[in-house]
Amino acid sequence: MKKAKWIVPTVYIIFLMLPIYWLLNMSFKTTTEIINTYTLWPQEFTLENYKTIFTDSTWYTGYLNSIYYVVMNTVISVAAALPAAYAFSRYKFLGDKHLFFWLLTNRMAPPAVFALPFFQFYSSVNLFDTHVAVALSHCLFNIPLAVWILEGFMSAVPKELDETAYVDGYSFWRFFFKIFIPTITAGIGITMFFCFMFSWVELLLAKTLTAVAAKPIAATMTRTASTSGYELGLLAAAGSLTIIPGAIVIYFVRNYIAKGFALGRV
Amino acid sequence: MNKTINQKAWFFVIPVFVLVAFNAIIPLMTVVNYAFQETFGNNVFMWEGTRWFKQIMLSERFHASLGRQFLFTFIILFIQIPLGIAIALTMPKEGIGVPVCLVLMSMPLLIPWNVVGAMWNIFALPDIGFLGHSLNALGFDYNFTQQIGDAWFTTILMDVWHWTSLVVLLSYAGLQSIQPAYYQAAEIDGASRWAVFTKIELPKMKKVLTIAILLRFMDSFMIYTEPFVLTGGGPGNATAFLSIDLVKMALGQFDLGPAAAMSLIYFFIVLLVCWVFYTLMMRNEGNQ
Repeated sequence: MKKAKWIVPTVYIIFLMLPIYWLLNMSFKTTTEIINTYTLWPQEFTLENYKTIFTDSTWYTGYLNSIYYVVMNTVISVAAALPAAYAFSRYKFLGDKHLFFWLLTNRMAPPAVFALPFFQFYSSVNLFDTHVAVALSHCLFNIPLAVWILEGFMSAVPKELDETAYVDGYSFWRFFFKIFIPTITAGIGITMFFCFMFSWVELLLAKTLTAVAAKPIAATMTRTASTSGYELGLLAAAGSLTIIPGAIVIYFVRNYIAKGFALGRV
Repeated sequence: MNKTINQKAWFFVIPVFVLVAFNAIIPLMTVVNYAFQETFGNNVFMWEGTRWFKQIMLSERFHASLGRQFLFTFIILFIQIPLGIAIALTMPKEGIGVPVCLVLMSMPLLIPWNVVGAMWNIFALPDIGFLGHSLNALGFDYNFTQQIGDAWFTTILMDVWHWTSLVVLLSYAGLQSIQPAYYQAAEIDGASRWAVFTKIELPKMKKVLTIAILLRFMDSFMIYTEPFVLTGGGPGNATAFLSIDLVKMALGQFDLGPAAAMSLIYFFIVLLVCWVFYTLMMRNEGNQ
């Protein structure tokens, strides 16, 4: 029984890795090999596809743009959500429950509903095709999520902590930054992970709000697929590279995911 | 926790309120604007009342895509939730296996959605994709760009691949929060494995599972990018879920009025289902 238990996660992980392996496999093949033969691993191993991406600025600026607005969005979301989550976890105030649900409804809003109005709105305030526009538009779903997760973690911290600090003569802000934030680092880590994740993977809004200057990598990929023929190898290489930032982020928060989740709401 | 009444707490919420309102209310008002009017460009609008709503509510096309959407969401919830729980239960609880499992399982969650679509497209191609080639070699007549059944199979498999890990992570977190004392007590009482699951583990996971179901419902109901890249909504309209259909109408055909009306109906359905979930969740929390 003990041994058999390993089978389920192992099979699941193999299932998860197969398509990723296939993508990597394709990215190291030449176009002729992809089109003409079916092979389980590259017969003529080539780095040509990766070379194209790292030397062509239309490709690599896509990555920089994406990382730029994702980081911006994560910082804005967490910074704005921290005091709000504190308010929701510690105080009762007029309309608190309604406000909380209203925030959540924005996490539920289908981006497809917002695509066109966003385009018109950000154009009218002259923010179209800027990183700020994408970062702000992603706040629509990331801030509610950040508030939701952080509120869970903060509610798990006993209120006596606050009261003791005030008795000891701490001012509110000093308490907040010196004592409170360090006690919920795991929660902040998880929140940043989720904000990064949802901003990094979103494409519809990012694509709608950008043209050239702030174009995300994911949009560069769709353009290539449709205009310059079907360059599968190049597409696969670009796709493989988009996995890396996510993998790095997971590596950094792996301990938080294991332990931190249990502490809070999620 | 006993919360103090403090109206000044509103000041803490203001930044969030402003940022979200800026993004939510103004665009939503634009949608509402379009939903009730007819425009021929140049900012000329004519009042249309509820005409677009009636048109959408009565249209075959909307009924069809709504039906497909509910079927899809129901199927993936039915697969992902039990599968996620099963995997979380069998995952190692300590040691080197934990981070290995967590890191590898989180991978699909952090891949941009269009890359997920492109990856599955390459993976499922009947001639050069591993999945497509293997299925055909095994004697199945598999071609997801031609056959409706295959297109659905591939889309669902892709979604299971993409999102089951979220359910696993959440369930695993719920399981981790159970004190070992509970298991020891169960062992002393001679409880069966099934009894441990239904009496200890499931109640403890209730909260995270509600979140998992809520998140999976919302996200699968809004699914756009992955099936769009994988099948483009085809063959025909077989996998054109609500968002795909909506974008086609709004940006493809520029039928702004009907598209806006459809947006509002769409949003309203998501809101209604989530409100029911949310109320149930909050009531459970109150009971504990």
